Amino acid sequence: MTEIMITPTRRPRRRPFTRNKVFRRVLPWLVVVAIFLLWQLAVIAFKIEEFVLPGPASIFKAGFQWYGPLLDNAWQTFVTTAIGFLFAILFGLAGGVLIGSSSLMYDGLYPALVGFNTIPKVAVVPILIIWFGIGAVPAIITAFLLSFFPILVNVATGIATVEPEMQDVLRALGASRWQMITKVGLPRAMPYFFASLKVAITVAFVGSIIAETVGSNKGIGNFMLVASSRFEVPLAFAGLLVTSVMGIIMYAVASVIERKMTGWATRGSGGATFSP
Amino acid sequence: MKKFVDLDHVSLRYGEDGDGTLALQDMSMHVDSGEFVAVVGPSGCGKSTLMKVVTGLWPASEGAVIVNAREVDRPLSFTGMAFQNPTLLPWRTTLDNVMLPLEIVKPHSQKLKRERAMYETKARDLLALVGLKGFEEKFPWQLSGGMQQRASICRALIHEPSLLMLDEPFGALDMFTREELWLALQEIWLARRPTVIFVTHDLREAVFLADRVLVMSARPGRIIANKTVDLPRPRTLSMTYEPYAVGMVQELRDHINDAREAA
Repeated sequence: MTEIMITPTRRPRRRPFTRNKVFRRVLPWLVVVAIFLLWQLAVIAFKIEEFVLPGPASIFKAGFQWYGPLLDNAWQTFVTTAIGFLFAILFGLAGGVLIGSSSLMYDGLYPALVGFNTIPKVAVVPILIIWFGIGAVPAIITAFLLSFFPILVNVATGIATVEPEMQDVLRALGASRWQMITKVGLPRAMPYFFASLKVAITVAFVGSIIAETVGSNKGIGNFMLVASSRFEVPLAFAGLLVTSVMGIIMYAVASVIERKMTGWATRGSGGATFSP
Repeated sequence: MKKFVDLDHVSLRYGEDGDGTLALQDMSMHVDSGEFVAVVGPSGCGKSTLMKVVTGLWPASEGAVIVNAREVDRPLSFTGMAFQNPTLLPWRTTLDNVMLPLEIVKPHSQKLKRERAMYETKARDLLALVGLKGFEEKFPWQLSGGMQQRASICRALIHEPSLLMLDEPFGALDMFTREELWLALQEIWLARRPTVIFVTHDLREAVFLADRVLVMSARPGRIIANKTVDLPRPRTLSMTYEPYAVGMVQELRDHINDAREAA
């Protein structure tokens, strides 16, 4: 028989390292560094040619070498995206309120909007270029077209799903339609709105880069097109990298604003927030 | 006594083309000004529909609904309402939730900016009355179900409505919280004397709170009994265990059984 020893000393309850707050904070960075390392190792180990898949080292090198034009074009893309995105917020909010608060508008406009949204936006870019010429305007419009629909749908959903009892309380007080929207509909739609912003900002980048690739003489999309046509593949990848960094920054800004504005929706539990 | 709410042979059928459910049929009842009336009945008898008809949220299909000497043809603008769900706004603090009607109901909405301090004191006093002192700045999701319900009742009362419509406001609460709130509601009612229509399916609650208890039939709803509760005010919880109240609960119970069998 084996005797089971019960040790009287209690083991100190240590929090596992994976729960450590600092560790959680640096974890995303560690993942990024690990991806770059693996990538570089794979490129070296399999002797992959630079014009097929450049390693991070040569991408960074190319990026630093051409940082002037790279940042210049990135700024252009950033500005067009931001302008298109602002218009998307404006029209998305207004349209969402309109469609969400009136079943007449919903029934009438929604099918048309869905139909419009299913048009591939890449196919629209050449038309925009015919109308507005080569330049920033088609990029702004494409960014707007891609990002405005998710905002509109989310705001409309938030407003349309106000609890009927809540509406009764307000109506029995003699609230006007406008008061119903400002006191209940809009605040209730805010979590939906901010959730949609995070989706919308990333697709806005996609929009402006598509437009720049198809027809523009500036912007990161154009920059990558030129780089790859000259077989400077590391430089094209550097453009991709800069784009994703911009996307992450905008996403982070959106989620910080979200946390400030709609803490009530996540019940102060911290929620799922992204902090790079 | 002046009739404050008067329903004269009111019917209500849901649906637009007249083939929907008949929720109320040939219903006549009245509530005097300053009277506390409880409405009880088997489940699904149209009690909540009655609330909507009286407040004008649903127009009656037939018959006349008269409130405060005027025929109701659109939602009334002076009603305080509370439901089984607290329906508080999660982005507002308890205090701001309670003050919501003041932002909408005239004349308060015009004076609110200038006399905010006065109104805020009023709201705080009301919250203290139902035992929510110290929770004014908390958000609804930080309160328990019973506390949310108290806040919801404060919201129904803050603008001093002449008509208070309560639709099973204590239905989701435990017995002890419920009894505590009966006392609070009685106190408020005695102090301000609004006209109250109180829908419930707790007969002891009806007997404790109301001057008069109306029993509704199964759907389509009509009034099948009308009992005056002859107990002095302020009432105590122990009164509900004395023979008079117990007998009354028994009698109401029988009426409801009859209504259910008839259905």
